[in-house]
Amino acid sequence: MATTETKATEERSRWAAGVIPYKEMGYWQPDYEPKETDILCAFRITPQDGVEPDEAAAAVAGESSTATWTVVWTDRLTSYEDYQAKAYRVTPVPGTDNQYIAYIAYDIDLFEEGSIANLTSSIIGNVFGFKALKALRLEDMRIPAQYAKTFQGPAHGIVVEREYLNKYGRPLLGATTKPKLGLSARNYGRVVYEALRGGLDFVKDDENTNSQPFMRWRDRYLFCMEAVAKAMAATGEIKGHYLNVTAASMEEIYERAEFARDLGSVIVMIDLTIGFSAMQSMARWARKNGVILHLHRAGHGTYTRQKTHGISFRVLSKWCRLIGVDHIHAGTVVGKLEGDPHMVSGYYDTLRKNKVTADPGRGLYFDQDWASIPAVMPVASGGIHAAQAHQLLHHLGEDVVLQFGGGTIGHPMGIAAGATANRVAVEAMIQARNEGRDFLMEGPEILERAARWCAPLRQAIDLWGEITFNYESTDTPDVLATPS
Amino acid sequence: MHLTQGTFSYLPALSDEEIAAQVRYALDHEWSISIEHTDDPHPRNVYWEMWALPMFDVTDVTAVLAEVNRCRRAHPQQYVKLNAYDRSKGRQTTALSFIVNRPAHEPGFRVERQESSDRRIRYTLHAYAADKPTGHRYEDFPVNGSKEQ
Repeated sequence: MATTETKATEERSRWAAGVIPYKEMGYWQPDYEPKETDILCAFRITPQDGVEPDEAAAAVAGESSTATWTVVWTDRLTSYEDYQAKAYRVTPVPGTDNQYIAYIAYDIDLFEEGSIANLTSSIIGNVFGFKALKALRLEDMRIPAQYAKTFQGPAHGIVVEREYLNKYGRPLLGATTKPKLGLSARNYGRVVYEALRGGLDFVKDDENTNSQPFMRWRDRYLFCMEAVAKAMAATGEIKGHYLNVTAASMEEIYERAEFARDLGSVIVMIDLTIGFSAMQSMARWARKNGVILHLHRAGHGTYTRQKTHGISFRVLSKWCRLIGVDHIHAGTVVGKLEGDPHMVSGYYDTLRKNKVTADPGRGLYFDQDWASIPAVMPVASGGIHAAQAHQLLHHLGEDVVLQFGGGTIGHPMGIAAGATANRVAVEAMIQARNEGRDFLMEGPEILERAARWCAPLRQAIDLWGEITFNYESTDTPDVLATPS
Repeated sequence: MHLTQGTFSYLPALSDEEIAAQVRYALDHEWSISIEHTDDPHPRNVYWEMWALPMFDVTDVTAVLAEVNRCRRAHPQQYVKLNAYDRSKGRQTTALSFIVNRPAHEPGFRVERQESSDRRIRYTLHAYAADKPTGHRYEDFPVNGSKEQ
């Protein structure tokens, strides 16, 4: 009897008008066993001084699901126990004094099927500006297969792309046209032709190559496709140029994409800046039209780079795989842009594997089953060159597009020679790996041997062999696996 | 021209020992080997002629190499490629594919431009060799590279 009375009193205070801690509203449930169908999130929270970590976690759960700042009686018209997100675990981050990882479970019914806009409006909608937290970062998400399967997924995926291009067993090679701004369409096409005939598979528009006064999109597409066709004739290989269709409105994006398709382009490109729904529209378009979809992650560094606030790139990778792009820039490890080797390895697995196992040393907080959703081809771009072929193959594997922009166009013997140097370096490294050699250790020697008969590679090694970008990474794992 | 399809087309032609090393790598991954040949080098010519069935049960490198050489002897003036196929779930596709024989002379491709309105052009590749019926495409240029009388 006493228990019932206590419970009744608790219920009354839970529903009394006013402000009560989120913890007491049901958003903190340390005994909760996540369901197989729950969407799980790992947030890095930095509470304000005086805010208990479990209250902060409950607040995140509340604000990203059903709660508002005060008690509302209208909750009682709902099956609120189901709709409340539940913070079920909080663990301190080793090596920090005020950071915690909060694990939160969301019922699948909280989300509209197949909508990244809806998923993100819930999970990252309001809560990142919440005053009770100094900082908040979405580190990882477990997307249950039941929800993942409501998305289209990559328009084609790695396997179909390789079969479409007829290219197997080696990384694909690309380059971004440089300078990325200022060239006329006719001169721009020259760079495309030279790089492709020299041995690259793809050339790429840059993220901000859209339709400026010095080069309108239609002119660029026409000259680039002339270059692609000529390079195919020169080599007998399928070639492509990522024509960037990014524009101010969906109507213009479609117009550009359709023009590219009609000219016979095998691939088009979009920027992350067009937004998640536009990306989903283009993923559908790309599948329907048989055109590969390349994504440039323009702008992601504004929210993925800092370790305490924002969204981890691995989460963005998951969203992009659900959305359905075929290519995404995911880091080089050795190049000029941010990328801790362990973290990059986690992104690559997230994009490419069918099942990913939790591994805190690589920033992976959850097991993820992709349920046969096709794999996304990661793209490594920014400050990489032929003399790093062994390191690139070691860190990134062979299902990757290696983009040597400066490393092709800046070659002293010309663009085609630069392309040849890159292709020879990569093929020689694949051959050595397959022969069972320790290609990472023997890499420089393998390249030296190929450089004896390949003058462009000789020059590339002499010019860039010593170039490295050794800076501390900002986004690193909290736990490093110690060798046992 | 030099047809650059295949995994190793930018390297010097692979020796028998080098081919054997690649075959060993494939067999170690439980990929099955198949050999195909063609005299139509168009990059979208997907279905080359199969040299017998894929060697699903062959695990002996020497036996594979013997088949490669039999095919090369039978079609010295054609392109011959060796494929390694990965049947594992999620892949079910070719894992490695490289040319092991090519005609002595490769005449290359012509770009055909179908000009249309608004500066639009439809491009088509035409392999010069394909002007002749299959089986007669590279016969003007025997293996030693000199034109036959």
